[in-house]
Amino acid sequence: MAKGIKDKVAILGMGCSKFGERWDKEADDLMVEAFEEAIKDAGIEKNRIDAAWLATAIEEVHVGKSGVPLAMALRLPYIPVTRVENYCASGSEAFRGAVYAVASGAADIALALGVEKLKDTGYGGLPQRGRGVLNSMFSANASAPGNFAQLAAAYRAKHHVSPADLKQGMAHISVKSHDNGNRNPKAHLQNKITVDTVLNAPLVAEPLGLYDCCGVSDGAACAIVTTPEIARSLGKKDLVTVKALQLAVSNGEEAQHNSWDGTYFATTRIASKRAYQEAGIKNPRDELSLIEVHDCFSITELVTMEDLHISPEGGAIKDVLDGFYDSDGQIPCQIDGGLKCFGHPIGSSGLRMIYEMYLQMHGRAGARQRKQQPRYGLTHNLGGMPHQNVCSISIVGMYEG
Amino acid sequence: MVGITAFGGYIPRLRLSRKAIVDANSWQNGALKAYAKAERSICNWDEDSLTMAVEAARDCLSDQDRSKIAAVYFASTTFPFDDRQNSGIAAEALNLGADINTLDISASQRAGTSGLIAALKTAAAGGGQVLYLAGEKRRTKAASQQELLYGDGAVALLLGDKDGVAKFIGSHSAATDFVDHYRGHGAEFDYAWEERWIRDEGYNKIVPPVIAALLEKLKLKPADITHFCMPVTLRGVAAATAKKLGIAESAVRENLDGQCGDTGTAHALVMLVHALQDAKPGDKILVASFGQGCDAMLFEATPALAKLGPRVGIKGSLARRRPETNYNKYLSFNDLVTTDKGMRAETDKQTALTTLYRKKGMLTGLLGGRCSKCGTVQFPKSNICVNPNCNAMHTQEDHPFADMPGRVNSYTADQLTYSPDPPAHYGMVQFAEGGRMMVDFTDVDVGKVEVGMQMRMVFRIKEYDAQRGFTKYFWKAAPAAASSKET
Repeated sequence: MAKGIKDKVAILGMGCSKFGERWDKEADDLMVEAFEEAIKDAGIEKNRIDAAWLATAIEEVHVGKSGVPLAMALRLPYIPVTRVENYCASGSEAFRGAVYAVASGAADIALALGVEKLKDTGYGGLPQRGRGVLNSMFSANASAPGNFAQLAAAYRAKHHVSPADLKQGMAHISVKSHDNGNRNPKAHLQNKITVDTVLNAPLVAEPLGLYDCCGVSDGAACAIVTTPEIARSLGKKDLVTVKALQLAVSNGEEAQHNSWDGTYFATTRIASKRAYQEAGIKNPRDELSLIEVHDCFSITELVTMEDLHISPEGGAIKDVLDGFYDSDGQIPCQIDGGLKCFGHPIGSSGLRMIYEMYLQMHGRAGARQRKQQPRYGLTHNLGGMPHQNVCSISIVGMYEG
Repeated sequence: MVGITAFGGYIPRLRLSRKAIVDANSWQNGALKAYAKAERSICNWDEDSLTMAVEAARDCLSDQDRSKIAAVYFASTTFPFDDRQNSGIAAEALNLGADINTLDISASQRAGTSGLIAALKTAAAGGGQVLYLAGEKRRTKAASQQELLYGDGAVALLLGDKDGVAKFIGSHSAATDFVDHYRGHGAEFDYAWEERWIRDEGYNKIVPPVIAALLEKLKLKPADITHFCMPVTLRGVAAATAKKLGIAESAVRENLDGQCGDTGTAHALVMLVHALQDAKPGDKILVASFGQGCDAMLFEATPALAKLGPRVGIKGSLARRRPETNYNKYLSFNDLVTTDKGMRAETDKQTALTTLYRKKGMLTGLLGGRCSKCGTVQFPKSNICVNPNCNAMHTQEDHPFADMPGRVNSYTADQLTYSPDPPAHYGMVQFAEGGRMMVDFTDVDVGKVEVGMQMRMVFRIKEYDAQRGFTKYFWKAAPAAASSKET
């Protein structure tokens, strides 16, 4: 096993724009909004940044290809800028690029920025787009909610859960995230809802209703990273460092081999185990303080609780209903509102999750601040669909070196 | 002798209530009320003459050896392509191989029988069996009489140089440019003349002499005919023709007007297959079609008919019906009304013809792969085996998926994605033999899909590229229960 990334890289500064329907803002406005906060937080001059990574996902309706949009928006001084895309896990991918650059010594200070401008399509939901030349000739005519909804069908059948009981667990997840979003001024959706709101909402893709689906938002988030030594030299104390970065990518087994039963994310199970090992976490249920997961849909969050090896297989509904993942529970999940309510500007989401961990660890999370300082925070950033996806797990924590 | 070795049929399961059509339209044409009884077959939004013909062929070939087929002939006046061989697409979908003769036959309501006569001559010459297909889905104006009378359907006949289940005794034809209706080049709809003239000067004068000439040529008496198949929906015309010729009234077969309607150039053969499903060895079946002349054909059922395995045929298709009373849905399926499809329907649907050619086995024939090392069946076929315990390279052989039974592993009913018939149903279908695919479902009823449900694959329209006039085909999963066979 490789030695891993643990404690080699520290977060120097972070920023995040307001997420939501930013009708009056272009992508470069959002990039600048997130960057201004991060560079101020880092306390450095822009020209100290050695390299940058830009994450965007749906480039067909967005800023276009390449690293140029970021270099132009921030007027970066001819440094290396790379655009990355890995479905909805693109934000984590930018972070990984920046962190690895610093860890390798190729860069002293690196920038990761994710941005997405989704609300220029003219309709609700994610943009409709091509699936690739061959894929569009045979792939099911599927939407994101339709792909994830199938987890519910398979989960019910495997665990002998009634549709009503499963929907009750899913509804609790959405109500909890709206409660949390209510305490987050940057969140897209800040309204509280009830279980009845969720249960009575119109169906999007059976059994997912409107309130089982995350917000489709505009926004940007950004991180500036460096080594703990440089951070200290810049006068930083109480460093938040990277403990683990793992990525697992489907190779077709779920989609084409009959060993997968459709109830879980094979990638999440693998990536999280590797991340725990990299971070030195033996029992995640006892050691994790806070998690931000890719709750694109309520059912995704529910099964992810099992795939992260926190809830036992088939036991997530009980933990969810017991309040284990509520903001005052043992391991709050989506204390910032998550994709569900903070919003999901795709390229930004992975970085937004880390932003929340960073704020909570520095005690800067405002009304939603956990009383006890979190030790390990895990972010789970997933892209694609249950049968074919990329799963990125990051663990950050206080520097103990 | 030459004859029919096997047969199959397909009538789409949707049956539009004629009352629904009349209720919507009689305000503007009270005469339509005379046709308000029973129902007609209509294609689902993803069916056309080609997909129906492929289904009929699969029914026909379900217990036959496909390797003996040397030719595929396909008759229709409603081919999806004017210039791309439709019989060639069918042959590809049926995985009949490239070493085959294919031919499209068209341009008359009589094409179905005229082509069959030619095909029987080909089969008689030896050199292999001919798979003969006929399918029709005619476009009609809303609120027209044709909308009420026409239906959609297809048949398939496997022809060989032996008697088979029905030996071909002979035929007689006449050609005369009697234009009861026509559809000019590029026209969407038929233009028809007065029915009374068509009956008196057309059917009544053109058909009887052809039948009489055939019977005389074969030295048969009219009373020898056990089944008289005359595809005409004008009331009483078939019975009057029989009476005039001396064919027993009991031999006149129902024209299926109340069950599926007139399936155009396929209809004579739809009635033939329907008759074959009732016939006993020794029965003589007379088929007389009409369209700028007449073809009269005579078949005799053989003892082999009683031994032919069960098939869906026309009878099974007719029994497998789902009533549809939503006339607006029919209009929308056929683009007879401009509906708001939403912005999600606006995506470019161009097909890369290079990719289609490279992957025609996969896309048209539903060929997957089977690893010759570990035996794992998988879709699509790939360079490296998907079995994590194998991962062997370049070991996969073609494996046909179309006829493998599968089950639903997961599914959804999606209201968001664009579908001509929302909600779009799709899910993971897993095959007992191995392999799986995330695939569109069709012919499902909302609320009736569940994990574990048995499915069978069907060849359907994936989407239509209206910008370029290109119909894109692929396979979908349909409930298996909907295709039970008649014995």
